[in-house]
Amino acid sequence: MTTTNESTGTVPVSARRLTRQRRVAAWKRGWAQFRTHRSGMVGLGILVFFVLVALLAPILASSQGLDVTTANGPVLGAPSGHYLLGTDENGRSVLTLLIWGSRISLFVGLLATLISMVIGTLLGLVSGYFGGWIGRITFRLTEWFLVIPFLPLAIVLASVLGRSLFNIVLVIGVTSWPGTALLIRSQTLSIKERAYVERAEAIGAGRWHQIGKHVLPNVMPMVFANTTLTVAIAILSETTLSFLGLGDPTRTSWGSMLDSAFEIGSITTGSWWYIVPPGVCVVLVVLAFTLIGQALEEVLNPRLRARS
Amino acid sequence: MSLVADPGLVSESEDVQTRTRGYASYLGLKVLGAIGSLMFMLVVNFFLFRVLPGDPARTLGRGRLTTDAQKAAFNKAYGLNQPLPEQFWTFLKNTAHGDLGISIQYRVPVSHLIWERLWPTVLLVGTSTILATVIGVYLGIRGAWKRGGRFDKISTSLSLTLYSMPEWWLGLMLIAGLGVGFWFVPGIFPTGGLHSPDVNPSSLHGILDTTWHLVLPVTTLTLAYLADYSLIMRSSLLDELGEDYLLTARAKGLRDVQVRNRHAVRNAMLPTTTIIALNIGFVVSGAITVETVFSIPGLGLLSIDALQAPDFWVLQGFFLVASAGVILANLVANLIYGWLDPRVRT
Repeated sequence: MTTTNESTGTVPVSARRLTRQRRVAAWKRGWAQFRTHRSGMVGLGILVFFVLVALLAPILASSQGLDVTTANGPVLGAPSGHYLLGTDENGRSVLTLLIWGSRISLFVGLLATLISMVIGTLLGLVSGYFGGWIGRITFRLTEWFLVIPFLPLAIVLASVLGRSLFNIVLVIGVTSWPGTALLIRSQTLSIKERAYVERAEAIGAGRWHQIGKHVLPNVMPMVFANTTLTVAIAILSETTLSFLGLGDPTRTSWGSMLDSAFEIGSITTGSWWYIVPPGVCVVLVVLAFTLIGQALEEVLNPRLRARS
Repeated sequence: MSLVADPGLVSESEDVQTRTRGYASYLGLKVLGAIGSLMFMLVVNFFLFRVLPGDPARTLGRGRLTTDAQKAAFNKAYGLNQPLPEQFWTFLKNTAHGDLGISIQYRVPVSHLIWERLWPTVLLVGTSTILATVIGVYLGIRGAWKRGGRFDKISTSLSLTLYSMPEWWLGLMLIAGLGVGFWFVPGIFPTGGLHSPDVNPSSLHGILDTTWHLVLPVTTLTLAYLADYSLIMRSSLLDELGEDYLLTARAKGLRDVQVRNRHAVRNAMLPTTTIIALNIGFVVSGAITVETVFSIPGLGLLSIDALQAPDFWVLQGFFLVASAGVILANLVANLIYGWLDPRVRT
């Protein structure tokens, strides 16, 4: 037993462990490549900063600062030593609102993306893997959902369902999956023709085994890259919906801050500290996700890597 | 939106078949598909307002309908007391006749209201789309041809930043900077409206006044769309750069500009054309926020007003028009693509 191992210099490993080792090695390779992308790393840096701010919000600024009734700052006061980014129309510190708003914006963006990814991946796999009527119906469904205009639907849904954080997540999640589904479908179509899937089928693997063990792991990297791009769009959507007054009125997000700033006429009264910072935060976070997504796409898609 | 959509996705909309068909049957197939989508949209439109959880009399009435008699009157006015299949049939019949109901707010037929408000939107979005296409495609071509150069770096980072920006926030910044003025800089442009209230919009003075009012909103939308087009054009031209036919063209002795314009750009325009045509379908939705910010009386502002009222029929009609627009643009995009590139007629 030991002689064979000594001759090759390796420890005996089970198939499962070998798979895991290879996956870990692939992740390490991917990370090494990602690190060489300057724009991707910049995006990652910005994102880490905002995630830390969102997680540490209770330490950075007391949540009492969000309470309109206890706010005692000046009305629309300009930035000063005490209020670094000035105050809003209720005398609350804009910086506090900004810090707490990051939680809602990131939360909505991530949760909506999760919903969209689950629906999109599932339908993409099914419509790509199964031919026949199942594939055709799921594909048509995807095409139909693709043409539903997002904002009008969101407006209609908000007027029918009412305004809450969960409804916003639902609206964004339910409208943003078709792009993912099409991407996954085209990947699945090409993967299911490959020799190793054919081999698995030849030795008796069932359909769901093939999907779960062979197709899905190969599609996952694309799902991952697509996810980061979808988060960017989800955060933009949340901001827009809140700006249009469709957001949860009880919670502060960057979008709802911009809504109130616009409503009270920050533009004409010149209180720039109320309307510029939330917008800049949105741009930075969305840009971060976009840069990371693009870098990931290049790492994971050799065709893109070759051309740049 | 389209940054996520790989250009290949749009063309791969049918199952892979090796047999190619003629344009006529391709056209027939696509028209059938569009009719299917339209039917789906009608069903969605109908059920959105009637079957979703919650009592329409409660959510749409916003607590103003308190007594049962009031609720019954509301349901009767909207035909909500009839059985569902009957309601659906009435809905289909009325929509086919162009009857979209009467606006609660304005007391005029919704179809008139939408027709009247369509033009400011078309003017605003049409102008911006043309400008954005021309500038975006130019930036994309120039950036991709000398990729990694200074021009490419600046234009790509500019496009990415614009892409990450909510377009209405950009509009607000433009209003603050160029409309209201800041610090010691005076404002130049009007901050909102389609034209000044005291001019006749069809006179020469009125047309000039409208143009002056549209400068900021059109700039906003142009910048917002431009980012999309330049990024897509750049990436689809980069896809072509490694191709052998470009090497052949160079070997024939063509100049660089000729290789670019006659060979590479022609092929790279295919996905870009599709995405531009698709985006035109989303114009109605794209204008919502910018019209709100600049108070331009178009379809977008109409829908926001209807939302606040709430004006049930206007919202439904608006949603119908918005989705029909997308389906039509989708069809046109497919037809153009099939005409330009026979390979997709599979």
